Amino acid sequence: MVEKKATREGYGDALLELGREYSNVVVLDADLAKSTQSYRFKEAFPDRFFDCGVAEQNMMGTAAGLAASGMICYTGSFAIFATGRAFEQIRNTIAYSNLNVKICPTHAGITVGEDGASHQTVEDLALMRVIPNLKVIIPADYYEAKAAAKAAAEIDGPVFIRMGRPKIPTIFDENYEFEFGKVLKLREGKDVTICAVGIMVGVSLEAADELAKEGIGAEVLNIHTLKPLDEKTILESVKKTGSVVTAEEHSIIGGLGGAISELLGKKMPLPIEMVGVKDRFGTSGSIPELLDYFGLSKQDIVVAVKSVLARKP
Amino acid sequence: MKRDELEKLLKEKARILRRDIVKMIGEAGSGHPGGSLSAADVVATLYFYHMRHNPKDPSWPERDRFVLSKGHACPVLYAALAESGYFEKNILWTLRKLGSILQGHPDMRKVPGIEISSGSLGQGLAAANGMALTARLTNKDYKVYVMIGDGESQEGEIWEASMFAAHYKLDNLVAILDYNKLQIDGSICEVMDIKPVVDKWRAFGWHVFEIDGHDIMQIVDTLKAADEIRGKPSMIVANTIKGKGVSFMENVCGFHGKAPNKEQVEIALRELS
Repeated sequence: MVEKKATREGYGDALLELGREYSNVVVLDADLAKSTQSYRFKEAFPDRFFDCGVAEQNMMGTAAGLAASGMICYTGSFAIFATGRAFEQIRNTIAYSNLNVKICPTHAGITVGEDGASHQTVEDLALMRVIPNLKVIIPADYYEAKAAAKAAAEIDGPVFIRMGRPKIPTIFDENYEFEFGKVLKLREGKDVTICAVGIMVGVSLEAADELAKEGIGAEVLNIHTLKPLDEKTILESVKKTGSVVTAEEHSIIGGLGGAISELLGKKMPLPIEMVGVKDRFGTSGSIPELLDYFGLSKQDIVVAVKSVLARKP
Repeated sequence: MKRDELEKLLKEKARILRRDIVKMIGEAGSGHPGGSLSAADVVATLYFYHMRHNPKDPSWPERDRFVLSKGHACPVLYAALAESGYFEKNILWTLRKLGSILQGHPDMRKVPGIEISSGSLGQGLAAANGMALTARLTNKDYKVYVMIGDGESQEGEIWEASMFAAHYKLDNLVAILDYNKLQIDGSICEVMDIKPVVDKWRAFGWHVFEIDGHDIMQIVDTLKAADEIRGKPSMIVANTIKGKGVSFMENVCGFHGKAPNKEQVEIALRELS
């Protein structure tokens, strides 16, 4: 049976290990500790956990002050509130001064589900990606989330880690070693490069299996670090395959699709198709329904691949 | 030191800060003189008497912290840092120029002695909360002093941070409100009144003092009293005059964010001699 775990569970487990390994790790949350899983750190290290209440701006500023005086501060919340409500605190007080704050929101994307558009952020990667000094990580499964959250403690400066709500099939295992800033090739292929992040990495691997049945070789890259972008590995792959499909649970504007388009436009202009949310808000529904509704299914990737292959020079 | 000697010393320091503020903003051709001058007596008292700090070792872990949440008033802070010896005084005349460490708003990565970058209003009090928490977590006895503005008090984050400090009983945190009653668009009471500000802070769980922010010995005594409050953070509402010390700037809203011209600099420096 396939193991299914949420990326946010990886965050909760990582915090426990971080608390044991680093005496200067402090965790903040904004009344969502049970959802983000930071409550587990709270139970284990009550003196180093501070609930800020429903006040994300002060949470980010407090995190900056903790970091400026020597602590490593992890902050939780939902991605919409962390990056939207507190955008300017992240920009001006955390990132501008390159402070050691790890912004680790959960419930990103449309897979928040029934709560609907107000809670479904498909803009957060665009918002975080434009901020200088800020590193942007999108784990693809539980193990990658856990490893990335741990690795962030050793990265000097601010890090954004985007996590989700639902339990999703795991791709890696306990031995997974996260390499910050390095694209991870999960499958070799000669016809098309699929660049994917988050839950779409697993979906892309399934799509690649489908495509293989039709004789199409899809190379699947896990772009877990969106910034800084490992341009070299991506370009090497695209040079070989000659076309790209991006897949993300985010707006096709400004996120992974945006980043890869910028790269290709500058260095290797070749056809690209983007699988993602098409410049619209989310809506209430069950998670499987929503993935279909917003065009984030395995079949959507298959269609995008065929479309990009048809455009190949 | 005797009280009258201390008062004399701090008045002199405040005069030097005011002269440097006028001169550096004049040289820069832009900047915020009004709110820098109103804060000069409190800042002088902190840097030249009250705070424990070491200009030769800006990152000394035991030092008291000062956060200028109203970052646009940085000329007063730059002047205090230079006068304390954090950097050479002639750097003051590079304010706001390309390549200068003295940015239009404070940058902690460029200037020794700046505890946190600020300038976007409302954010410094939250950062001060974090520093106060670190002191508690690391068993250090340093204090965190943070100066906020009255216009700045219209920002929601100030009140989020206010709740946090009281909730976690941050008694190593002392905030000073530079209550000069003016903001860019006019007087505070016309633009967006913050009255009754003493009651507001008290209702938010702080110990509140209200003083004349230009009376040096009142500042000295109140900072001391604030340090001794236990179980809650302290707020010192300092009633001040925007542009204090320069006759044509006093209580003039227009000098919130406008530099004096050459002639005005000369007049101001004469008044401050």
